[in-house]
Amino acid sequence: MLSEQVRAKTDRELKKYPPDRKQSAVMSALRFVQDEKGWIDTADMADVAAYLGMPQMSVYEVATFYNMYNLKPMGRHTLTVCTNLSCQLVGAMETLNYIKSKLGIGVGEVTADGKFGLREGECQNVCDEAPLFMINNKKTCGHLTKEKIDQILAELDKE
Amino acid sequence: MINIEIDGKHIEVENGCSVIDAAHRLGIYIPHFCYHKKLSIAANCRMCLVQIEKAPKPLPACATPVAEGMKVFTASEQAVKAQKGVMEFLLINHPLDCPICDQGGECELQDLAVGYGGSASRYQEEKRVVLHKDIGPLVAAEEMSRCINCTRCVRFGIEIGGAMELGQAFRGEHAEIMAFMSDTVDSELSGNMIDLCPVGALTSKPFRYSARTWELSRRKSISPHDSLGSNLAVQVKNNRVMRVLPIENEDVNECWLSDKDRFSYEGLNSAERLTKPMIKQGGKWLEVEWQVALEYVANGLRQIAHETGAENIGALATPNSTLEELYLLQKLVRGLGSHNVDFRLRQSDFSADSKQTGAPWLGMAVADINRVDRFLLVGSFLRKDHPLLASRVRQATKAGAQVNLIHSTDDDLLMPIANKEIVSPTEMTTVLAQVLKALATAKQATLDTSVQQIVQSVTPSAIAQAMADSLAGGERVAILLGNFAQQHPQASQLQLLAQHIAALCGATFGFFGEAANSVGGYLAQAVPFADAEHGMNASAMLAAQRKAYILLNVEAELDMQNPQQALAAMGAADMVVALSAYKHHATEYADVLLPITPFTETSGTFISSEGRVQSFKGTVQPLGEARPAWKVLRVLGNMLNIPGFDYNNSEAVRDEVLVGTDLPAKLGNVLHGVSAQAATWDVTGLQRVSDVPIYATDAIVRRAASLQKTRDAATPRALMHSVELKKLNLQSGEMVKLTQEHGSARLSVIADDSLPHGVVRVAAGHAVTAELGAMFGAIMVERA
Repeated sequence: MLSEQVRAKTDRELKKYPPDRKQSAVMSALRFVQDEKGWIDTADMADVAAYLGMPQMSVYEVATFYNMYNLKPMGRHTLTVCTNLSCQLVGAMETLNYIKSKLGIGVGEVTADGKFGLREGECQNVCDEAPLFMINNKKTCGHLTKEKIDQILAELDKE
Repeated sequence: MINIEIDGKHIEVENGCSVIDAAHRLGIYIPHFCYHKKLSIAANCRMCLVQIEKAPKPLPACATPVAEGMKVFTASEQAVKAQKGVMEFLLINHPLDCPICDQGGECELQDLAVGYGGSASRYQEEKRVVLHKDIGPLVAAEEMSRCINCTRCVRFGIEIGGAMELGQAFRGEHAEIMAFMSDTVDSELSGNMIDLCPVGALTSKPFRYSARTWELSRRKSISPHDSLGSNLAVQVKNNRVMRVLPIENEDVNECWLSDKDRFSYEGLNSAERLTKPMIKQGGKWLEVEWQVALEYVANGLRQIAHETGAENIGALATPNSTLEELYLLQKLVRGLGSHNVDFRLRQSDFSADSKQTGAPWLGMAVADINRVDRFLLVGSFLRKDHPLLASRVRQATKAGAQVNLIHSTDDDLLMPIANKEIVSPTEMTTVLAQVLKALATAKQATLDTSVQQIVQSVTPSAIAQAMADSLAGGERVAILLGNFAQQHPQASQLQLLAQHIAALCGATFGFFGEAANSVGGYLAQAVPFADAEHGMNASAMLAAQRKAYILLNVEAELDMQNPQQALAAMGAADMVVALSAYKHHATEYADVLLPITPFTETSGTFISSEGRVQSFKGTVQPLGEARPAWKVLRVLGNMLNIPGFDYNNSEAVRDEVLVGTDLPAKLGNVLHGVSAQAATWDVTGLQRVSDVPIYATDAIVRRAASLQKTRDAATPRALMHSVELKKLNLQSGEMVKLTQEHGSARLSVIADDSLPHGVVRVAAGHAVTAELGAMFGAIMVERA
């Protein structure tokens, strides 16, 4: 069962679409679920499907197609490092490796204390700030250097 | 119309036509994988790339609509280069396991790779691996690395099957076909995905590794199960049916088959097949020669006819028997002097007999279902009873048709339902009367006296009113009665009311026939009122027990409206002759078992629900000493000195029935001389609602091993509304004892709030419910 908040937010999205096209709100609904609990379980997908009157498999297709949906529990702060071409050209792999060694986890993993998660991501459309990562898919941090990464991680660690 | 040119040939096509369709009309083949004429366009395999004049790059022929003056080149240098390039990409990840692949020899990828593939691969890197899936007992998805992600199976599920059970999850190189949460594919049409799969990713589980396509001979046949009469290609190796595929017939089954038609062949090779005539002597079954068995039967029947009167002989046959078998059976029985013959084994109301203008039939052509814009479906488990007709109704709803449903269960039909009234069996006439009243009021029509009384006794509900409005607003309306309505104890009243509703809205009125020969049985005169002298119907000859019964394909405890009564009658009879392809429960009550052949081992004819006469030949030799039933009946007729049993072949029998017969004139759904009374039937306490589960309908499917492993073949449970459960202080999941008259069954009870109050849903046609009584009427439920 979707939480009241998720349902309320989804209802607001639904107003944007014709009543017989409820499935148009699927991406938003999945996003609300992830905002709430950090990841999306198959049970949540089934709930979204029931709420929007669409096939469960169809929600699963959407949830697995888009990279920004977490299909398993991630850290409280999940860093998504862009490894597409522009970022790679200015050292995205070094950035990624540095974060890996700093946090002691690999891509798709979470630190033991559950604080940090690490993911590889796709282009964020701000290649001028490369190399970069996003925090919880919300905040982009660009022009990354080792010092800057240390600083961001230290700040997040305090939160 | 638009003029285009493909490879130098001119063609005029309608606006909106795709290049690939136009090319196919010209007989020009464009290679393709994801395109399928019955499915939506995906354009994801890119194999159909063609060169189009003035286009800067090759375009997919399946997704490119024609335009005036368009010049298409399907085999130009640019087109072939593009096609070869696509093929190289498709083969990059495709495993090189053709020698052990079940699709080998009938693989579209293999075929096209011959024409467009390179002789060696330039790809040196690792191939992707997609893990196998278990999607149920019918469709094997064991080698998903072979999948080229054409999504035909996904589109079939959504568009034809009505449910998206498979989908394409993940993205790019990681994309794979799978079911949500590793679920099984439970569609009753799932086998078509095997046909659609252009590679060996989805293959037939029952057929796997048993033969190569080129070892099989392909013989035409007709499905003996539901009343559609699907055209079959029976594939045979070493005189054994190895698998069944559809033969395309746009007017009947299109290019599809229901799983029942496709996989029931496993029942043909069942270990239960009866292969030698048997006689019970001193309580023991002995295998005997045909001559001995037939003489025993002839003497027995002659003796009973002489000593106690021929009316003490009754004959029952399943509606899955062929026209020839049914005709000879009634001829034999009538030759002996009895008129007790019937094939309508699950019917309970026979008051319409000889008051109907002809044999009940669909009332229209099957293909016309797609064009209906308003349906009223009465008493039908449509999806399970008629999977492909349900698919046609589904297609009609996609074109905007409204479906109105009156039934006692609310199973998901996987299509939008405009209005539905789910009521107990005793209330069905009332609901129909309400719809009739609402329509009559709207049309200011005066109703016939035969329905006036019941109509005056009702007030239309809001739903009945909505149904009437829906029906009145249609141009091509169809009122169709399903199996449940035909088996209903007030079947003739339902029919009469539906007939008047149809008359008021100018609708087609018809019946979904229960089985392959539900229309043919009437034509074969296998009904007790075919002659001037009337005999007993299926129900009457069990109620008033006969001394001798002849059973053709019948399993008394599974095929009858009231198995309890049937078994009692069989037990009390002096002689029961069972003509059967299987050694079954008849060993308990029969005196003679005559091994007859199923449809694959005999020639015969079925007349489908739409009145289509389809004859077929035997596809394999009879197993053991089994013989076609028409031959057995012919010999019996001769032994009993009944005139007119000298047929050389089954065609002669068929011609005797059909030549010179005006078939359309013999079909008719209109009732005369029946009137509907208000509330004539009531049940105190709970009443039973029965379906015959899809894989329990006849002897062959009941023995098809793989079908019996599907969810649809699960052990029946008793379903009740939770309010009723609470009244009896029962919990969902508990074991209960169900009692009807003298028999009972123990099942687990499950809450199902889609059912109306006051009913218990218990399947018929299944061994665990065979001790129960009639499919309708009172039933007791208590904690086991």
